[in-house]
Amino acid sequence: MEFSAGGAPQELCAGLGFHTDNIVESAGVCVMLDANKIIERTGSMDVAGEGNAVTAGKAGLRQSAAGTAVRAENVTKIFGSGEDQVVALDNVSVDIQQNEFFTLLGPSGCGKTTLLRLIAGFELPTKGDILLEGEPIGHLPPYQRPVNTVFQSYALFPHMTVSENIGFGLQMLGKPQAEVMAEVERMLVLVRMEALAKRRVDQLSGGQQQRVALARALAPHPKVLLLDEPLSALDLKLRKEMQIELKQLQGETGITFIFVTHDQEEALTMSDRVAVMDNGKILQVGPPREIYDHPADRFVANFIGETNFLTAELTSLNKSGGQVKLPSGKSVAVTLADEEFSEGQVSVVIRPEHAQLTKAKSQATLTGTLRNIVYIGTDTHYHLQLPGDTPFIVRSQNQRDALESYNQGDELGIEIGANAVQVLRD
Amino acid sequence: MSGLNQAPALDMTGKEDQAGAVAESARRAEVRGNVLLTTPALIVLFCCASGPLLIMLVYSFLTAGDYGGIIWGISGDGWSNVFMQRDIFDGTLSIADAHVTIFWRSLKLSILTTVVALILGFPTAYFIATRPLKTRNLWLFLITIPFWTNLLIRTFAIVEVIRNQGLINTALMSFGVIDEPYQILFTDFAIMVGMTYVYLPLMVLPIYASMEKFDFRLVEAGYDLYATKMKVLWRIILPLAKPGIVAGSILVFIPSLGAYVTPRLLGGGKNMMLGNLIELQFGQGRNWPLGAALSFTLLLIVMAALIIYVRGVGKSDGQHG
Amino acid sequence: MVDVAKLQQSAWPRRRFSIRSLPGFTAIAILCFVLLYAPLMPLVFYSFNAGASLAFWEGFSLRWYVAAWENDSVQDATIRSLVIAVSAAVTATILATMAALGTTRKKPYKGLTAIYAIINQPLMVPEIVTAVALLILFASIKAATNYHGLAYLIAAHTAFCIPFAYLPIRARLEGMDLSLETAAADLYATPWRTFRRVTLPLLWPGILAGAMLAFVISLDDVVITEFVKSAGQDTLPTYMLGQLRRAITPEVNAISSVLLAVSVVMVTIFFFLNRRMR
Repeated sequence: MEFSAGGAPQELCAGLGFHTDNIVESAGVCVMLDANKIIERTGSMDVAGEGNAVTAGKAGLRQSAAGTAVRAENVTKIFGSGEDQVVALDNVSVDIQQNEFFTLLGPSGCGKTTLLRLIAGFELPTKGDILLEGEPIGHLPPYQRPVNTVFQSYALFPHMTVSENIGFGLQMLGKPQAEVMAEVERMLVLVRMEALAKRRVDQLSGGQQQRVALARALAPHPKVLLLDEPLSALDLKLRKEMQIELKQLQGETGITFIFVTHDQEEALTMSDRVAVMDNGKILQVGPPREIYDHPADRFVANFIGETNFLTAELTSLNKSGGQVKLPSGKSVAVTLADEEFSEGQVSVVIRPEHAQLTKAKSQATLTGTLRNIVYIGTDTHYHLQLPGDTPFIVRSQNQRDALESYNQGDELGIEIGANAVQVLRD
Repeated sequence: MSGLNQAPALDMTGKEDQAGAVAESARRAEVRGNVLLTTPALIVLFCCASGPLLIMLVYSFLTAGDYGGIIWGISGDGWSNVFMQRDIFDGTLSIADAHVTIFWRSLKLSILTTVVALILGFPTAYFIATRPLKTRNLWLFLITIPFWTNLLIRTFAIVEVIRNQGLINTALMSFGVIDEPYQILFTDFAIMVGMTYVYLPLMVLPIYASMEKFDFRLVEAGYDLYATKMKVLWRIILPLAKPGIVAGSILVFIPSLGAYVTPRLLGGGKNMMLGNLIELQFGQGRNWPLGAALSFTLLLIVMAALIIYVRGVGKSDGQHG
Repeated sequence: MVDVAKLQQSAWPRRRFSIRSLPGFTAIAILCFVLLYAPLMPLVFYSFNAGASLAFWEGFSLRWYVAAWENDSVQDATIRSLVIAVSAAVTATILATMAALGTTRKKPYKGLTAIYAIINQPLMVPEIVTAVALLILFASIKAATNYHGLAYLIAAHTAFCIPFAYLPIRARLEGMDLSLETAAADLYATPWRTFRRVTLPLLWPGILAGAMLAFVISLDDVVITEFVKSAGQDTLPTYMLGQLRRAITPEVNAISSVLLAVSVVMVTIFFFLNRRMR
């Protein structure tokens, strides 16, 4: 994939073979570029892995559900036996769509890496199956799955050069040497490592190694790319750069990316959809905005961003929502997505940035005492204590001309924005 | 509110078990593969190292042949002759003093050798471990060369040094310290010197291996808490070097106990150790069952020493070696 | 009032306090090194003696090296030593490599402890015990088959060389990143190709080190060879042992010096291999 420096809109195609004479035959994706921005996309979306020897034999492969790339069906994985067995995944099911940047998010030990390894083939499921484009692959060894992995430790072969590493997968697939070399060239350009082609991998920096690992996994044009916390070893600035690059790469190649991380900010930045996991189960799947604004349960609410928890009373339940009576006595309207709620005591969450401090205590939704003011450059966090010792954080972006100033010990009112209260299902 | 993507209900019975069964059989295949890889080595070792020990045990219960070898008849003589002897005339059993002396000498000398090797070897290992990385390789190089040099050559070198016309005596006489050569060779002392010389690298290397990873900040902590150098050595360094000390002691004690070449060259015919006594039975002594019994006794002593040492003194690091 | 400055001035000029040095240790260590090499000096020295004595220096000469070179028994023994050492080292290394691959970095399975015990047995049992056991075993086989060739020696040497080859290979294997082989499988390499393209190249320095160690151990062996050999089947060490029982001439010194030089060369190569392994 080459990028031009500018000029007239260009057409670029990505796919195996790069024989762009006949767009139909190359089974790739073509994009119209104008100043390196994608302005149009044509061609089949079924991009990845067509020329891959492993998948060529499965030419009859057609997606069962519309556009599902990977499906995990009731997957359970148990390590060990008897008393000290560990249930890493507990009856997990999820559909990951074609051309999606899908993230598995959760704390250490939640099972996200195990799920990734099951898709890759490094572990076999104890129960359930993994399907790739409708075909069960759960029993196949990793070298028979058209799926490639970018490892957390990169796992670059120390006795091979950068080029040899990148070309390894294609060599194992039996591609002719000329084709391997051409593809390696393309990959080097893609990750901007052309100058270091002959370098040995132990002479590379962390960021460079990461790119080589990426190129190596992309070179065989897998149907799905798995990334196991690939950015965790990089420093902050490099990390942010790579996040953007990875996102772009996914868009350009059209390959389904399955990304594993414990960093919720990273997940929100990069993903089309996020699956939040804990303790071997998937708690919620959805686009980042939905996960953030409408967390399904306490864990998700707590894990993603900062949040305030309150106990409240659900009243006036009707088809679209109801009223929630807050501890202060005031009620606010809430919308509820489904009818799984019943009146009575519920937990609610309110994001700190959806609340505002006000000196007009009596009309405010909640009142509290200001205990601590934390200045963080772009924002200020106000830590308050509500009656009943419940903590509450209000976040406000620092404006150039601050209108109000508050002092520790002040009794203040907290205004809650419309639709800011989320009811949790417990 | 979106929940989990629900897959359309499929008939999963049978498929569940299939996945588990596949995983299970894959695991078993892997174990089978591992065992298969290891088997050839095990066969060779069993045939030419472990297995013959059993045959040796059997032979110890057979009768000695007149010209060596055995006659297929059970006899307790092999074992009884280990410590006892039968009077030729009246057939009474009595303690075989010669044998007892030899056992005692072997135990005594091997323990002494181990102790001396420890006293000399520990500081040496410590010294190497505390050298800066650049020079450390040089010292390791110097200690490895004797380790890779023939036991015979090194014993012979000691013979050259301590014999009557050897280095030490010639030097002492030329300095007028003594008038006549001092008999060092063919004494118990000579054997001990020889064994210590030969097995010293075997003590140094394991101790070095455990000192290499030693965290000297612990020593700093000790000094910070008012310990003197000797206290630091005794209470901080030595306990943490224990695995290496145990390994080194074992590697010196076992060959010393069963030494053959060194006592032969340095002890002459008179100061025999167990190894020489055993060899005798297969040569001039022509008493194979006794030789087998003696060998097995040596084996038992070594096993006992191993168990006592490893359990009593400390845990050896790792599962083997 | 204590005048601190004066106090410090009047103190003995003390050596800098070194965290790591312990009293006497350096002295003992240096002494050990000296004592280890001192006896080897006259050994090598007198191998160049023009005279036949091992005590009186009569001038520089290479006659004993020449004598050893031309000595038929020495030639015979040398060739036999080399044949046995090479065969045993190669076989032992192959077997040890397989065993290391089968026992390292795996989840513990039944019988692993027993396997370790068998592999390490030659290290834990005095040589003379093994020698006696083999003598008995081979005597029976010799009586039955009337075969008196080198096979017994090679088999015996292979057996006790296995643990010596095993240790460096295992150490190297344990230090290898398991994820490399996982990555290769991910990139469509079958288990055999993973072994050939990833595991083996990275394991190679360990295998070489193991082979060298096995070679040296075999070359140096005295006790087991002495017991197992048939008449006339001398290796260099057993030849020398025989010589030492009779008249000792500087020929023994010459052979010893050559063997010493071989050891030095082997250790040097070994250390270079070690550097590459880091």
